[in-house]
Amino acid sequence: MPSLGADMDAGTLVEWLVHEGDTVRRGDPMAVIDTDKSAIEVESFDEGVVESFLVEPGTRVAVGTPLARLTPLGAAAEEAPALSAPPAPGPAAAAASREAARIPAPRRPAGARIGTPPLRHHAAELGVDLTKVVGTGAHGTITRADIDRAAAEAASSGATSATPSAAAPPAPAAPGAPRVSPYARRLAREMGVDLTKVEGSGREGAVRADDVRAAAAGPGPTAEQAPVAEPGAEPRPVAASGSRATIAALMSRAKREIPHYYVAQTVDLTPLVEWLRRTNKERPVSERIVAAAAILKAAALAAREHPELNGFWLDDGFVPGDDVHLGIAVHVRDGALVAPAIHHTADLTLPEVMAALRDLVKRARAGRLRRAEMADPTLTVSDLGDQGVEEVIGVIYAPQVALLGVGRVVERPWAVDQMIGVRPTVRLTLSGDHRATDGAAGARFLNTVDRLLQHPEEL
Amino acid sequence: MSGPQAVAATPTRGPMTHRGELLRGMTAIRLFEERCVELYSAGLIRGFLHVAIGEEAVAVGVMQALTEEDAVVSTYREHGHALARGLPMDVVMAEMYGKVTGCSRGRGGSMHLFDVSRRFYGGNAIVGGGLPLAIGLGLADKMRGRTAVTACFFGDGAFAEGEFHECVNLAALWQLPVLFACENNLYAMGTAIARAQAETDLALRAASYGIASWAVDGMDAVAVETSARHAVDRIRNGGGPCFLELRTYRFRAHSMYDPDRYRDKAEIARWRERDPIDLLVRQMTEDGEVTSDDVDAINAELNTEIDKAVAAAEAAPLEPVADLARFVHSEPEGVGR
Amino acid sequence: MTTTTTPARTVETTYREAMREAIREALREDDRVFLMGEDVGKYGGCFAVSLGLLEEFGPERVRDTPLSESAFVGAGIGAAIAGMRPIVEIMTVNFSLLALDQIINNAATLLHMSGGQVQVPLVIRMTTGAGRQLAAQHSHSLEGWYAHIPGIKVVAPATLEDARGMLGTALADPDPVLLFEHGSLYNMGGTLREDAGPVDIHRAVVRRQGRDLTLISYGGSMPKTLEAAGTLAAEGIEAEVVDLRSLRPLDDETITTSVRRTHRAVVVDEGWRSGSLSSEILARITEQCFYDLDSPLERVCSAEVPIPYAKHLEDAALPQPEAIVTAARRVVG
Repeated sequence: MPSLGADMDAGTLVEWLVHEGDTVRRGDPMAVIDTDKSAIEVESFDEGVVESFLVEPGTRVAVGTPLARLTPLGAAAEEAPALSAPPAPGPAAAAASREAARIPAPRRPAGARIGTPPLRHHAAELGVDLTKVVGTGAHGTITRADIDRAAAEAASSGATSATPSAAAPPAPAAPGAPRVSPYARRLAREMGVDLTKVEGSGREGAVRADDVRAAAAGPGPTAEQAPVAEPGAEPRPVAASGSRATIAALMSRAKREIPHYYVAQTVDLTPLVEWLRRTNKERPVSERIVAAAAILKAAALAAREHPELNGFWLDDGFVPGDDVHLGIAVHVRDGALVAPAIHHTADLTLPEVMAALRDLVKRARAGRLRRAEMADPTLTVSDLGDQGVEEVIGVIYAPQVALLGVGRVVERPWAVDQMIGVRPTVRLTLSGDHRATDGAAGARFLNTVDRLLQHPEEL
Repeated sequence: MSGPQAVAATPTRGPMTHRGELLRGMTAIRLFEERCVELYSAGLIRGFLHVAIGEEAVAVGVMQALTEEDAVVSTYREHGHALARGLPMDVVMAEMYGKVTGCSRGRGGSMHLFDVSRRFYGGNAIVGGGLPLAIGLGLADKMRGRTAVTACFFGDGAFAEGEFHECVNLAALWQLPVLFACENNLYAMGTAIARAQAETDLALRAASYGIASWAVDGMDAVAVETSARHAVDRIRNGGGPCFLELRTYRFRAHSMYDPDRYRDKAEIARWRERDPIDLLVRQMTEDGEVTSDDVDAINAELNTEIDKAVAAAEAAPLEPVADLARFVHSEPEGVGR
Repeated sequence: MTTTTTPARTVETTYREAMREAIREALREDDRVFLMGEDVGKYGGCFAVSLGLLEEFGPERVRDTPLSESAFVGAGIGAAIAGMRPIVEIMTVNFSLLALDQIINNAATLLHMSGGQVQVPLVIRMTTGAGRQLAAQHSHSLEGWYAHIPGIKVVAPATLEDARGMLGTALADPDPVLLFEHGSLYNMGGTLREDAGPVDIHRAVVRRQGRDLTLISYGGSMPKTLEAAGTLAAEGIEAEVVDLRSLRPLDDETITTSVRRTHRAVVVDEGWRSGSLSSEILARITEQCFYDLDSPLERVCSAEVPIPYAKHLEDAALPQPEAIVTAARRVVG
């Protein structure tokens, strides 16, 4: 069956215009073919004797199907080429091209293993958890059969005891489910806020970013959510309970005993912001890195470079920390404050710092910090950027000897090479214990942080 | 260069008369296109395939009058124009196959053959769409003081388009060096000229724009060449645009296959009696200029060349899919071809 | 770049004069450049943009054409292919519909279709937009349509600097560039640096900074958008205003950087909203900034009617500052 047009996949043989035994020449009409558009006479591209018809009139066949056999003039019958196979590229080439046409459509990309929406619906109806189904399709894709099999297995294994809830489908969204803006949803996850408890102020009660922030800052703790650490297990240095009274005592002592000095620097974050924008595109949303994490990492590296700021003032003397364990000041729901540590901060990769930060904040707010985390930060960072402030001049957590305050990332007019541009910047303030170090040490520390932040790819 | 353009890709064997060159050029187109029809039927060439079998004298005759500095704008039925302009068979065949070695890197296909090095500005698949381009080429040549002529091929169908009338008017108004080469094959796809045009004397109508205009027997390569030379000389010497109505006929369908409900077989048979290749062979035979052995030799040689072009096209690589988005915008110097 | 503190000398000018100066400079500096279109010569241009240029450069380089858009736009394409740098003026975008075949089937495709052989360094200028009671056939804003087509670039100057500077850059581009001048901008006056020259034609710019929401607009809607931003500022709502400048390609980075900061966006476009440039921008914001959005996105576009003649109806059909303010309030409220 010859291809008679760009849109022709098959044709119907209407009638033969030649008989078996006839001799045909190149260009002679041989048959009438009905395409979807019209009846067309098709010609022979060969000379020869019609040996046999392979397709009966009235039959619809695909393009490329042999219709008849011709015996070339003066050649043996068994060598006869089929009609529609041109001599130049040869039947093999024609066959090859038809073979190519049979190659199946491109397979599903690897990312799509969890199944198409119809399959997800099917799984939900049968109560099958797709994440537990082993896909047998291309590239591990889950097929309908896989789901049916999983459902059958679940039914047989738990038929006697398990209620259908053993493989209960995910609960359908409640009709009155709260509307939450995508940004607010993201913030809630990052801040550990339970969205079901947030009142929305947007249109039709939609929860927006401000509502999440208000919920994170405001009251509403429950007993089991209050930070719990084992009181009295470790005498120093940070209030384990985070209760107001403990904080009051700690801070009063710090302000009374520690002669604070303060040095501050505004740092251009353009390289960091651009680098994050670029690299975050390749990261899953759940693994995106925020500027705060990069500042933490830079602070940790700087602390290692300036060990005189990383440690404790004990018994009228400085005791350096055994490694850099940055304390992270976290406001928890009842207005209390904790500052658990990310251990060996300087040795973590940036994504690890980010993950540790997320984890720590979440657990701090859920009241599930580990004792060791509360025990031994060597230098604390207080980042109130998410509260909107531009500068944090903080009180040192005794017996530590320094605290780094971090403001929010602000776009400021910024001069570079005598040109004014608008750049993202952050205000960093080091509170130092003047007993342990002088302002110059604090300045060097901030300079180092600045330098490190200019090369975010090296963090 | 002022002599006639080479009419086929390969050098000819031994001395050949000028009419012999015409014969060889037309035969090259005929055999090439017949092979394309076969390859299409076998599914090796896809898309649309419009062959000009029966119209070879127009392509070969007009191209004789052009020099290297001249430009050509063509239609979607342009294999013959491309080959007669000197595009090698292998790059044209590779284009049919959609291969990267094709003259348009496989991005154009049968309807969009391009070769800027030969000032061959493509097959245009919009009827009449090449005409504005052609007058623009002519405008640039005129503004730069060049003596080049742009030959623009189009059919009787395009004559009905507004673009044609806009362009002839503008070319006449600005005296642009453009040859309007109208291939009147009597049908705009399936619509006979008398069913589409109130006055079917196209040369007469073109002349109403104030330009020199002739109707020519488009089945007679020698007559086509003579008239084209006359017109091109006139244009080149500042005589303004000219119009040639080249009366011809396509023996095969508009595209690959037709229902052939719009014309009867007797009409096709009558025109086949005036097959431009047979006509020239008869004249040359009568004049003792060619023998049937000579004709067989030309055919054999050209078929060998076509075989090679097909083999090369089949073996040629495809453009990598990674390069899909190339040539949407220009690339910096040194990139691409 | 100068570092002196003396301010650059400036001149009082208009959008129209800035465009004319750009054309004049192009004609003066490159003998391959010529201007071609309906009534660009003797008449001085339908909108008087080319007034005086015929007298200065002569009829070879300032060419009046017959009313045949397809022929002279296509001739511009052909001349560009053959080494010229034509500026083709189409009187209005409405008439460009008569040249769609040449713009879309030829200018946009030739480079790709020829496998990279045929470059078309052409600039097509045209007036666009409504607002002058010209009724349904002279009030289209179809630049978004053209922005749909791969192979052409589409720019829309909204300021004097851009009116003065975009043409030169467009002419230097090896590919076709369509330049849309909103009819309501020609009389816009202001000061321009005396040494103003070519500007980039691929970046959007922030015309006003703000942190509460992003207003995205271009061309003739920019003055309305800036006016709305002023009104909002008086209410304490700080709107950031992004001028797209280039409609194809779109500068995703500038748009998304702003939206990521403000978490809210309103697109202002005189084009109709269905299947439009504004749809495209909103789609890209959702594709790229979904997790930064704190409010549904909004659009202020023309009503889906042919633009009527009567002033009160036309005003009601077009985006107005009040509608922009209302949409912005909804988004931040």
